[in-house]
Amino acid sequence: MAPKNPLEETFIEGEHSYETLDRSIGDLVLDQKRQPGMKWWVPFAVGFTLLQVMMLALTMLVFVGTGIWGINNPVGWGFAIINFVWWIGIGHAGTLISAILLLFRQQWRNSINRFAEAMTIFAVMCAGIFPLMHTGRPWVAYWLMPLGPDTLRMWPQFRSPLVWDVFAVSTYFTVSALFWFIGMIPDFATLRDRATKVFPKVAFGIVAMGWRGAARHWHRYEQAYLILAGLSTPLVLSVHSIVSLDFAVSLIPGWHATIFPPYFVAGAVYAGFAMVLTFAIPVRKWYRLEHVITMKHVEWMAKIMLATGLFVFYGYLTEVFYAFYSGVEWERFMMLNRMTGPYWWAYWSLIFCNGLVPQILWSKKVRQNTGILFVVCMFVSIGMWLERFVIVVTSLHRDFLPSSWGMYFGTVWDWALYTGTIGFFLFCMFLFMRFLPMINMFEVKELFSRMIGAKPATSGKSAVAAEVGVHE
Amino acid sequence: MSETTVHASPSVYGYLAEFDSADGLLAAAKATHAEGYAKVEAYSPFPVHGVSEALGFHEAKVPWIIFLAGVTGAMAGIGLQWWTGSVDYPMNVGGRPNFAWPQFVPVTFECTVLFAAFGAVVGMLALNGLPRPNHPIFNGKRFELASQDRFFLCIESEDPKFDPHDTRRFLESLNAHAVSEVRHDDED
Repeated sequence: MAPKNPLEETFIEGEHSYETLDRSIGDLVLDQKRQPGMKWWVPFAVGFTLLQVMMLALTMLVFVGTGIWGINNPVGWGFAIINFVWWIGIGHAGTLISAILLLFRQQWRNSINRFAEAMTIFAVMCAGIFPLMHTGRPWVAYWLMPLGPDTLRMWPQFRSPLVWDVFAVSTYFTVSALFWFIGMIPDFATLRDRATKVFPKVAFGIVAMGWRGAARHWHRYEQAYLILAGLSTPLVLSVHSIVSLDFAVSLIPGWHATIFPPYFVAGAVYAGFAMVLTFAIPVRKWYRLEHVITMKHVEWMAKIMLATGLFVFYGYLTEVFYAFYSGVEWERFMMLNRMTGPYWWAYWSLIFCNGLVPQILWSKKVRQNTGILFVVCMFVSIGMWLERFVIVVTSLHRDFLPSSWGMYFGTVWDWALYTGTIGFFLFCMFLFMRFLPMINMFEVKELFSRMIGAKPATSGKSAVAAEVGVHE
Repeated sequence: MSETTVHASPSVYGYLAEFDSADGLLAAAKATHAEGYAKVEAYSPFPVHGVSEALGFHEAKVPWIIFLAGVTGAMAGIGLQWWTGSVDYPMNVGGRPNFAWPQFVPVTFECTVLFAAFGAVVGMLALNGLPRPNHPIFNGKRFELASQDRFFLCIESEDPKFDPHDTRRFLESLNAHAVSEVRHDDED
């Protein structure tokens, strides 16, 4: 018997049994009447509409070319790279929650990991669109792959960080998708067995692949799952590090800095937790999942956000310090230009959103207030976008030669594609919430079985429930 | 179902005992193993720690498959970069070495993780014999609860110690909620 951990007591609140947990999570999928009506349809419709904007922006881009964007000669990396880095960063919280917290045996993760992993996958899909389109000719994007001289008469240049990025992002997407799918197989089996209608029974039966919960299967499953988590942990750290090397390996003032990899990873986790909370706060209410995504979860995510926010803020301070300490004229100018040049508003808004606003999370009252927390998360998401805007644009628009200085602004098509991907993300997330189990049922049940200890878990009866009925 | 036809009937897959709790299953698995049964399988809605070990199952093939897949990935990654950049299409960039190994670390690492992850998923599924949409155990009484809130232990008829009478009695002695027969065919 595993020793009872006092921390586990409140991860599932209220009176429950395995049956009620299955019902509150799994039946959201099987019984579509339990979906929250308009509260599902409205965000879904917004997402679907913006998705059409994305399709329009992509179509225009393919027909006309990257000239419809605001990119120009000094600033060749505009919205495309800003949004790419922003989306990739958002995905990182999912892997952090599912892999790193698993390795640290933080069992509270069990009720948020599926959800966060879904976010990872959709965020990486959104991210992938941007560099693909930024190539200008997305139909020959396969040139990025090492397909050999028969196709291309040459090979990719592996000494370039841009090629590393292709490998990092495609590996990240593939491994995240595998991790997500493997995690869902036992839940698919549960849904298969609970389904009463033919279509869900057959559909979940196919994806469950005949999972029957045999002890030998679980034995291998847990080995594979744990090692996958172990593989994902360095992977997630490597992905944003490699993204940051796209910048750091160049010689541009403001980019050529060794602090970039850790600073980017911290920022990614920061933005990712903000996005997880942005979804978790309304969804736990709409879907009546407050008993599994408890206030404790919300508060702890807020604390992680505060901690990573401080790392990021430290990164900003270090950048300023080194700009002056380095004694390099270009670095010093870059920093003064960021603070007082034509993009001063972006820099100071970024400091406000990412550095100052999250400081109110020191207060427990704020962390317990989902309304304020939601607003803070919005600030963080905007702040993290501004951070990438500042890094990309202010470094490029005035580099070494004053004769080649310029200004950069996103055009309507830049904004259309950006908001379009937000729509795509919403669209995917709300489809996921409707048709797949958004909380890992078997892990929540395992957590529950540890909470109730040796007591028999009679189905649907309160014999067990009384054991865990006491709230915080 | 008629109990009299059970004797030496090839259509019996095994006997299935149903338990209320994970601990009940764990205790039963230990007792069954101690009794000398070898072809036994436990079924639970979530991994119950110690059950597979209690059944005498200590396999560690999956980690080895993952390790070998990872090594393959690493060699494929570094090999690809070395061969394309140094042998097949060397390109002089400012006199820098063609085999610039520090620059090859990221792609090598990503290939290692990618191959290892496929090793984990494919290896686990293959060793488990999945996908396998149908299995005699699904004919078990109330077995659909094995993925929900009940715990099952099955002693298979292929077990050398299996005896229709004694095995059933033994399972009943384990505080099982119910004991039933599982047949190979669906009709019974």
